[in-house]
Amino acid sequence: MDIHEYQAKEVLSNFGVTVPPGALAYSPEQAAYRARELGGDKWIVKAQVHAGGRGKAGGVKLCNSEAEIYEATENLFGKKLVTHQTGPEGKGIYRVYVEGAVPIAREIYLGFVLDRSSQRVMIVASSEGGMEIEEISAERPESIVRSTVEPAVGLQDFQAREIAFALGIEPAMTQQMVRTLKGCYQAFSELDATMVEINPLVVTSDNRVIALDAKMTFDDNALFRHPQIAELRDKSQEDPREARAADRGLSYVGLEGNIGCIVNGAGLAMATMDTIKLAGGEPANFLDIGGGATPERVAKAFRLVMSDSNVQAVLVNIFAGINRCDWVAEGVVQALKEVQVDVPVVVRLAGTNVEEGQKILAQSGLPLIRATSLMEAAERAVGAWKNDLDQNTRVRAVK
Amino acid sequence: MSILLDRESRVIVQGITGKIARFHTKDMIEYGTNVVGGVVPGKGGETVEGVPVFNTVKEAVEATGANASLVFVPPPFAADSIMEAADAGINYCVCITDGIPAQDMIRVKRYMYRYPKDKRMILTGPNCAGTISPGKALLGIMPGHIYLPGTVGIIGRSGTLGYEAAAQLKELGLGVSTSVGIGGDPINGSSFKDILEWFEKDPETEVIAMIGEIGGPQEAEAADYIKNHVTKPVVAYVAGLTAPKGRTMGHAGAIISAFGESASEKVEILSAAGVTVAENPAVIGETIASVMKKNAA
Repeated sequence: MDIHEYQAKEVLSNFGVTVPPGALAYSPEQAAYRARELGGDKWIVKAQVHAGGRGKAGGVKLCNSEAEIYEATENLFGKKLVTHQTGPEGKGIYRVYVEGAVPIAREIYLGFVLDRSSQRVMIVASSEGGMEIEEISAERPESIVRSTVEPAVGLQDFQAREIAFALGIEPAMTQQMVRTLKGCYQAFSELDATMVEINPLVVTSDNRVIALDAKMTFDDNALFRHPQIAELRDKSQEDPREARAADRGLSYVGLEGNIGCIVNGAGLAMATMDTIKLAGGEPANFLDIGGGATPERVAKAFRLVMSDSNVQAVLVNIFAGINRCDWVAEGVVQALKEVQVDVPVVVRLAGTNVEEGQKILAQSGLPLIRATSLMEAAERAVGAWKNDLDQNTRVRAVK
Repeated sequence: MSILLDRESRVIVQGITGKIARFHTKDMIEYGTNVVGGVVPGKGGETVEGVPVFNTVKEAVEATGANASLVFVPPPFAADSIMEAADAGINYCVCITDGIPAQDMIRVKRYMYRYPKDKRMILTGPNCAGTISPGKALLGIMPGHIYLPGTVGIIGRSGTLGYEAAAQLKELGLGVSTSVGIGGDPINGSSFKDILEWFEKDPETEVIAMIGEIGGPQEAEAADYIKNHVTKPVVAYVAGLTAPKGRTMGHAGAIISAFGESASEKVEILSAAGVTVAENPAVIGETIASVMKKNAA
């Protein structure tokens, strides 16, 4: 789960990380008022969306007066911010964060991630702050400092000092750097984060170490033990279909194509998408309905897939392991009676009791297209989609 | 022979009194697995599917001589159960549980390293379908009937995609020495490389099939290991060619976040290491069959 910058800053400041004075606003009036409260004569207005690359996309504005803040905020609110991380549809701006500007002397990149090779938390830092880590690793890989944390004892001072010295932090500020690093690690481990990124962490001209930006991602599997973090969820930043699927216990990712997929198991779901592509189609979604594939789940899955108006054919691919194909087939038949599906549906069942399952589908009287192998299923789905499209286009042309 | 699991394995089921665990315990016993007991704290003395339940893994090991364990414990308590098994002297543990916090798994791995290598428990999973040595024993939730006994060693991250591969092999009359599910989580007990080591040593495994997916460094690490240490032919398939970057595809571990983690990059890296890559999931079986034919010739 992602949270907003202002939320991450609040979380991190509770662990001893210094952040600039700032306040949240839900309207231009409020933003201007917040600036007055904060004081000073230079402020930054930052769109709060769950994505990086906001600066380049125009989501961060430097303002010199309350009027400028009002104007900048008015221009941001209600807009969709499109950055390289949001996808073309962008993310809606409903909150802005107003911060007092700080005098920057140098910028540092600081990230904490789960490193899957060492199977530990890894700190990644670079003296080239402000750039994206991908750019840094492509252009200035020698500037990157890495360190992994021994999970039994946590981040030690000497490790934090090593990082500070490797980044060329002046000795007078080493202690502030150590506090920042240890605070981030503590927040990461105590709150079950999967990512903490401060980019940039700045050293100011008056010798302070301040987190100018902050991003945190949390482990969905651990939210049960951090209700205060779970509360920070902002559904306006999620794809509504994905959010709805997650609430129903289904794993869904919306894509650009038009062949809807209903599959049990994540690996098989990805493999099914790949096969559709190979057969000349484009998958409309990733959807894993879980190992169980109960009739209720199949019905929910159909509703979800059909809520995407781009879907012009549906491919159901279920490998029944412990459950049986006849049972899954009954689920599919029941779902199709409950859910209005007006596009071609291809069903491929495999595994336990496959013959009985096929029989149930055949005898259902529903216009289902059946397939036995994965390739055949994908080819039929793509064929049915093209055929259907062709016919509908002709119908429209006649009209 | 087979790896990790055979007829001699004495199996306990942790969390055996749960509905799903009961079902699969029955299924495993019917398959021929030597299930000798179960563990549920506070339910010691009960009997499930004809086997005794113990309060602790230590008690179960003392009473039954158990050396393998299947963990069916809910996510908040699963890490604790794995560590309990490691401490009680279990040799091989499969964890089925999906949804264990990643940092719990970091602690589990750290804990297991307390033990010298020859005494260290082998863990596969979590979030996997389990391990099967066809015709011998089943430690997991996979449908036993789709696997024929044979000489192909399978290692896979995904459950149902592994079934797909096994079913394709069966269709071609080919069987499996052992199939090991390593699971879809970012921090897991064993990697492709760890299991490749076992298959390389197993005299009855002729060819090794790796079923990978997007996300994580494991396939690339396996490729490096294969190049330098594996003499047997290796076939691979990597799911997720159509998966977008930066999105989690069902498995917590299936997300492309660095170079070498996309399906096409993994295919390239594996091919360069001499692995025969099945171009699509429909031809995994055929690709393995043709490699076996070439190997026999």
